[in-house]
Amino acid sequence: MSKMGTKFKTFRERNKKSNGYLLRKTSFSIGYKIVRFVLLFGLCFLILQPLLNKISISFMEERDLYDSTINVIPRHFTTNNFKIASNLMEYWKSLGNTLWISLLVSILQIISCTLVGYGFARYKFPFKGLWFAMVVLVIVIPPSTIQSSLYLNFRYFDIFGIFQAIGGQPLNLLDSFTPYALMCLGCMGLKNGLYIYMLRQFFRGIPKELEEAAYVDGCGKFKTFLRIMLPDAKPMITSCFLFSFVWQWTDSFYSGMFLSSDYAILSNKIARLSEVLNSFVKATTGLDKASTAYASAMIGTGTLLIIIPLIIVYLFAQKGFVESLSQSGIKM
Amino acid sequence: MARKNKKKKTLAFKNAVAGYLFIAPFIIGFIMFMIIPLIQSLRMSFSTVELEGGLSMTWAGIENYRQAFLVDAEFVPNLVQELLKMLTNVPATLIFSFFIALLLNQNFKGRGAVRAIFFLPVILSSGVIVGLESGNTLLADMKDAIEKSSTDASITSVLESILITSESSPMSQMFEYVFDIINSVYDIAIASGIQIIIFLSALQTISPSMFEAAKIEGCTAWESFWKITLPMVSSMILVNIVYTVIDFFLKTDNAVMEKIDKVGIGGAMDYGQASAMAWIYFLCVIVALGLVSLIISRRVYYYE
Repeated sequence: MSKMGTKFKTFRERNKKSNGYLLRKTSFSIGYKIVRFVLLFGLCFLILQPLLNKISISFMEERDLYDSTINVIPRHFTTNNFKIASNLMEYWKSLGNTLWISLLVSILQIISCTLVGYGFARYKFPFKGLWFAMVVLVIVIPPSTIQSSLYLNFRYFDIFGIFQAIGGQPLNLLDSFTPYALMCLGCMGLKNGLYIYMLRQFFRGIPKELEEAAYVDGCGKFKTFLRIMLPDAKPMITSCFLFSFVWQWTDSFYSGMFLSSDYAILSNKIARLSEVLNSFVKATTGLDKASTAYASAMIGTGTLLIIIPLIIVYLFAQKGFVESLSQSGIKM
Repeated sequence: MARKNKKKKTLAFKNAVAGYLFIAPFIIGFIMFMIIPLIQSLRMSFSTVELEGGLSMTWAGIENYRQAFLVDAEFVPNLVQELLKMLTNVPATLIFSFFIALLLNQNFKGRGAVRAIFFLPVILSSGVIVGLESGNTLLADMKDAIEKSSTDASITSVLESILITSESSPMSQMFEYVFDIINSVYDIAIASGIQIIIFLSALQTISPSMFEAAKIEGCTAWESFWKITLPMVSSMILVNIVYTVIDFFLKTDNAVMEKIDKVGIGGAMDYGQASAMAWIYFLCVIVALGLVSLIISRRVYYYE
């Protein structure tokens, strides 16, 4: 108490000496801190609110949804929603498929994009500017421009008529992971232009002396890349890997194009959940379709099921996402 | 002399070969999965496409484009609506993310947590989930039902009715613009995760000694913001504008993209029509992007 008292006393004395400037300044800074806290708290709440809302709804029974006295905390706590939703979505099967495809896609993408990014960062060759402009073009082109012809391409896949000559007709590559793998190896997967750009920026920032020393010691070009540059670029590669994994996880564009709509993959399953739910309700209760509130609660639960793995990844690898992005020194 | 020259050339040649080998995946992929489909879709946009027993195209001239512009009832309004929305959303996203980056650049407790939360939408709100949030007809029905039955008004709508007195005065239009942004602050907050990080990293590269010198010379915080902070991050503003515009155009819940999908793969299977629409959209994106970067890049200040 006495300590506080003396502190207050000295503050008053100092305030007097400064003609009230100190008081004005302190109150201003406290007020500023409060405003900043309220603002940031409000915005954070705004971002988290749909998530929290989904969590609270997903634990409610159907009658709780209509009860206007229940706001956040469910009265009849149940985990049934999760059971039904995961059944309808064939959760474990689609989770496995999604995990497998996301891993495959992100690994292939990172391999090819790292090679290309390094080539752009370090070597001089004719038409380099033109090719790099093409990379930027890939970022800009709306995928729907080439969507239909890509679809037809993979539906009737053929290289110079080879398959036509052997099997009598072109291959149908849809409903398999082959189109994904081919696209990713060719750096044309989801947002690959962006990864090339980021990796190139990062490689340019690494001092050239390292490689020159390696060349002087008789290390070949590819070996230098593998032994010297790759370990240096680890943070950026990790971050690109995480981005591509996470974005592939929820991607609906490519999975809608390459896979039929009942293929067991999470983004397809969630898109069809309300349809499946209706037929499920019809089969079990005889009603025509699920009630609006119940259906939206179910979709919320399904969305939660999809994003739980992502949130786990984010919690553990948050640094990987943010830190290397800020280190990349993105410049135009 | 001649020998030396020759040797140098071979090194350059070797480097060029190595460079092409490194970017070979991109070149092959680009030709296979970008150029060929692009040409094909351009051809499709000028012809009638039939799928019966394999793919066949018959030349139709500009019929598809005429259809898209003059006959289709949804396409042009959708396009105009998206472009107008871009004009309001992109500046709002930039200002918002710059503001948040300024706040997050200061020292306070829990900064890491706040930063993590602002970045969360980048991870969660992509692809199929965005479409679910906005395109969920069930939820929209419910909202309508609630809105009809309830009498309470939102703060913004009350303010709007007070402040907007006449439709035509420029002041009211300004207010309307501001209210639009306030109403869509959730969308803006969700779309600005990456931009915040980019601005934040730009802010952290400004050396503190500059601010110190300015303060000694008698600069107020307001002045040093306009004279130091803003010019120093101006190159990042360009990057962010380009990123925001692209991100905005390629979002999956975009009305034009949905329309193209509905005409093409997702519904009517009219590939010629869909390709024509996609090409119109693509040209709009390129023009918008070119205009924006042309205007901004003149004002960018590069600090070396």
